[in-house]
Amino acid sequence: MRPAVVVTGISGNLGRTLARLLHRRERIIGIDRRPFDGKPKDVEMFQLDLRGRKAEDVFRRNDVQAVIHMGIMHDPRMNEEEHHSFNVVGTTRILDYCARYGVKKVVMLSSANVYGPSPDNSNFLTEDAPLMGASRFSGVRDLIEVDMLAHGFFWRHPNIQTVILRPVHIVGPNIKNAPSNYLRLRHPWVLAGFDPMVQLIHVEDAARAMIEALRPEAKGVYNVVGPGEVPLSAILRELSRAPIPFPHLLARPLLDVLFTYRLASFPPPELDHIQFLCAVDGSRWVKDVGWKPRYSMRDTIRSVLDE
Amino acid sequence: MLEQLGDELKKTLRRWTESMVGKDLRARIEKVGRRENEFGVDPFGFDLQYALAAMAPFVWLYKQYFRVQTFNIDRVPPGRVLLVSNHSGQLPLDGAMIAVAMLTEAPRPRVVRSMVEKWVQTLPYVSTFMARAGQIVGTPENCRRLLEAEEAILVFPEGVRGLGKTWGQRYRLQDFGLGFMRLALETKTPIAPVAVIGAEEQAPSLANLKPLAKILGFPYVPLTPTVIPLPLPSRYRIYFGEPMVFSGRADDEDAELDKKVATVKATIQSMIDEGLKARTHVFR
Repeated sequence: MRPAVVVTGISGNLGRTLARLLHRRERIIGIDRRPFDGKPKDVEMFQLDLRGRKAEDVFRRNDVQAVIHMGIMHDPRMNEEEHHSFNVVGTTRILDYCARYGVKKVVMLSSANVYGPSPDNSNFLTEDAPLMGASRFSGVRDLIEVDMLAHGFFWRHPNIQTVILRPVHIVGPNIKNAPSNYLRLRHPWVLAGFDPMVQLIHVEDAARAMIEALRPEAKGVYNVVGPGEVPLSAILRELSRAPIPFPHLLARPLLDVLFTYRLASFPPPELDHIQFLCAVDGSRWVKDVGWKPRYSMRDTIRSVLDE
Repeated sequence: MLEQLGDELKKTLRRWTESMVGKDLRARIEKVGRRENEFGVDPFGFDLQYALAAMAPFVWLYKQYFRVQTFNIDRVPPGRVLLVSNHSGQLPLDGAMIAVAMLTEAPRPRVVRSMVEKWVQTLPYVSTFMARAGQIVGTPENCRRLLEAEEAILVFPEGVRGLGKTWGQRYRLQDFGLGFMRLALETKTPIAPVAVIGAEEQAPSLANLKPLAKILGFPYVPLTPTVIPLPLPSRYRIYFGEPMVFSGRADDEDAELDKKVATVKATIQSMIDEGLKARTHVFR
């Protein structure tokens, strides 16, 4: 039986990009609650919830060599309990299967958002910076917990190569996360007088990074940076946006009301990302795997425009 | 439309800067080491074109108001360097004057980065202005990164203690923090001692209104003859000393570092005393 790579969360935009790049080289088994639209023929797909019993069958019946775990939800409107259960229990289960079925490589997708934007931040946070993302944004709590679960797993199983990737904001055509949605607005909000440096990475570069993580040289936690950093105003100018400046003391309470009444889809704590720095140093990843993003800064920014 | 207004204003200011500095400004800019990307900013958000515009009023202060005189500016070594200076005058104009001098008068023109307090990041407009003008949040990680890229960092180890001191304490160095020495040892960076004469007299502080400072959340609130600390046109004289190189372990205990810091402090104090002796008139 040919060894397989299990990819959770494969039906998302990032997952599908990854599948497209990897399916010819590796045998992929995808797990996701959602259907995989446009699935390549050689990818096996199981529509399952990781928390259920059926997910374990995938490991019983196949020779799983590696797992790429992207099956983490980030939905500010989802009920907190369900959100937490899906992320934490789901991750716990899959790590458990990895340990029990002799999986050699585990790649976990985390995010540079775990550090959290703050006026106290240095301009280039390294992997050992404290994960403060949840101090003003409870929605990030799950992400941090999952990042920590992977850390614990890494220390408990020294014979398994665990890689935790913390990419910067992922943007791309069809990506529907907060940064991409924000940049697609004709008149995005900005906080008057604030213009932090922002780091972006193209969805294809992010997918390539996860594939690179399968290499034996990759081990431990890594910040993954795209083509660099630019001021937020430069990004908005590149996309020909006409931003609306709000006084920062007014913006948060205003967005709170709009979000509560579903007139805006951005939870108020996200405003911190357009006010303070949350930028990382990616040199450890560059050193270990020779990482070089394929998309330039201009192309990465403009990728939100394509459909 | 606001964009264009900004661009026109910037162009006008840059032309003003150039008219004050003279023809060799362009040649100087060429000589300065640049790390900007296709959007015109360096990794910390420094925008040289913005800085050339923003510095115009400071160049005016330098040339016409404070009529700055520099002494031995050629002593500042190339490559990584920590400029360590006394701090005074209620408003940190001494920092701006040192920076203008290093760009417009030094034989090796440098863009000097100085450190801002973390709380400046919470201020709209000021935070962005500081970043575009090359000033950085003063965390050890940021400083280490810049020094390893062979940049010049300006440090005032007295901090607000020096800035806010009252008239009776003038030209007497206040307590020095140790951070700059640790940084110098870690990154093997030479220290260029600087003494600024003239900043004390720009805003003599008769008293520090501490209760008011507490209410406003300011580090100090000075009571000056002009009520608000608008600077008087004292004449600035900036003295640059021979570079000092220290060796040793950066993680040494404080007592060891204290000794090295004391040497730098003594050097700067003696530069201040000599400068005061040589001065015949405060405002001329």
